[in-house]
Amino acid sequence: MADAAKALDTAETLLQVNNIEVIYNHVILVLKGVSLSVPKGGITALLGANGAGKTTTLKAISNLLHGERGEVTKGSIVFNNETVHNLSPNDLVRRGCIQVMEGRHCFGHLTIEENLLTGAFTRRDGNASVKRDLDMVYDYFPRLRERRNSQAGYTSGGEQQMCAIGRALMSRPSMILLDEPSMGLAPQLVEEIFEIVKKLNEEEGVSFLLAEQNTNIALRYAKYGYILESGRIVLDGEASALRENADVKEFYLGVGGEGRRSFREVKHYKRRKRWLA
Amino acid sequence: MSPEFLYFIETVINGLMSGVMYSLVALGFVLIFKASGIFNFAQGVMALFAALTLVGLQTGQVPFAHLINAIFGTEIHHFGWELPAAVAIAGTLVVMVAFAWIFEKLVLKHLVNQEPIILFMATIGLAYFLEGFGDLMWGSDVKTLNVGIPSGGSFWWEDVTKTWAAEGSDYFGMYIDVLDVYAAVIAVILVIALTAFSQYTRTGRALRAVADDHQAAQSVGISLRSIWVIVWSIAGFVALVAGIMWGSKSGVQFSLSLIALKALPVLILGGFTSIPGAIIGGLIIGVGEKLAELYIGPLVGGAIENWFAYVVALVFLLFRPQGLFGEKIIERV
Repeated sequence: MADAAKALDTAETLLQVNNIEVIYNHVILVLKGVSLSVPKGGITALLGANGAGKTTTLKAISNLLHGERGEVTKGSIVFNNETVHNLSPNDLVRRGCIQVMEGRHCFGHLTIEENLLTGAFTRRDGNASVKRDLDMVYDYFPRLRERRNSQAGYTSGGEQQMCAIGRALMSRPSMILLDEPSMGLAPQLVEEIFEIVKKLNEEEGVSFLLAEQNTNIALRYAKYGYILESGRIVLDGEASALRENADVKEFYLGVGGEGRRSFREVKHYKRRKRWLA
Repeated sequence: MSPEFLYFIETVINGLMSGVMYSLVALGFVLIFKASGIFNFAQGVMALFAALTLVGLQTGQVPFAHLINAIFGTEIHHFGWELPAAVAIAGTLVVMVAFAWIFEKLVLKHLVNQEPIILFMATIGLAYFLEGFGDLMWGSDVKTLNVGIPSGGSFWWEDVTKTWAAEGSDYFGMYIDVLDVYAAVIAVILVIALTAFSQYTRTGRALRAVADDHQAAQSVGISLRSIWVIVWSIAGFVALVAGIMWGSKSGVQFSLSLIALKALPVLILGGFTSIPGAIIGGLIIGVGEKLAELYIGPLVGGAIENWFAYVVALVFLLFRPQGLFGEKIIERV
């Protein structure tokens, strides 16, 4: 793991989150000091159970928190060597960092193609290159080309997820914050989506920060992982190392080693581990 | 043709014309609703305010004259000049855009991602504010508005239709107000322009995206705040057009703001999200209430015109809540 850390240091950092604290409604402390970094060209996974703070972390980065009465009260977020936590979401999109929200959030009454075109809203480089990128997105997601004229609200969950990712791609991002792409999708589709993410990463050079509950698949595609528990990072490391980690296996992958423990024991063990961490 | 049949045609035409006038108001609602999911309670008052401002500018009224006179003991009312209609309209447009900008700054900005009902309440507040503000600024007396649109019955049409009647019958031609014809033409142009804008331009697409999902729109880099200023400016523009037409027809006074009430059944009929729907809905309501008055009215003692539209709206709510042309309410399970 030490070697891995060294290797990461040498790779250029695209996104750096330093010890941020997020408070909702001025009282609810959700993130209690989260730090993480995403290297240029990397896929980094942010793992954890429901309510651990994954979505909040992503929204803090993309500056969508403000609309939900949340604010970053401590720490800093640096994207591409620039402090970004005071920017508006559209400024950040213009700088190349875009979020694909949990639950797809396609524009239901717009057609698939119109949805994709809204992704190019911040671009000022002319219709020709937008058209080129539209074709690129259709090449990655052939299924979207077939459904280009149907209203997004009537397409399937998988198609909507593709539409949401494609829409983000249309802004020509250097980084996509992808929130729970596997949510509510059949395992086969989840696999398909992750394959495309991998392809986008390799061919288009897009970096990903990936919030997932599906630890198993996320760790197969990510290079590095962070595990978030009640607003704190409790563990991080190379994806391969995390996959072998006994605690990760026990709590997240569901392949406990030594015999079956009772749930009570697991809880106790987990609590003890958290204190140690 | 028999005089009865000609009378029927006249009623239909006049119904269509008054329907266009309803549609003009309904359009403003549809625009804001489509683009931000807000039902803008203040649309009628905005039309009143636009008309007041237009008259004020045109006749060179001093804004807040009563207030100034009360405080400083002066006796000023008019600047002493009169502006040409085109200049006054342009000036009013500037005022409406400024108003949209201020409203966004002071109110909407703080309501990003709130429930539609909360935004709706904000527009109720806006309606009351604007009503009082308009009075304070321009005075509450009844004013006449004349921007040079001809009005009154068309003698040409009367003469033409007179010849249609059967020989020797007691028929003197149809009455059509020229103003209504102008209103119809303007409404058609407005609808075509607005539909093209919302369907085929990048800003129009962004408006529709914002209407569907505020947060997702933000996440792809659409700035809610500039979109809202645009939407409210356009709504202000449509309010101005409605204000001009209604103001020319029936004078500029407080009751002008009540035309919003007539727009409600039009919206329910045509669908809250459809620009063509606002027009068709208006036409149906206009013709429907005139014909109902003519044929059903005598059976129940008359005055059907006042409530007929609301009954139609009620029936529609029961059987087709999205209206004739409204976007289907998409529900996935």
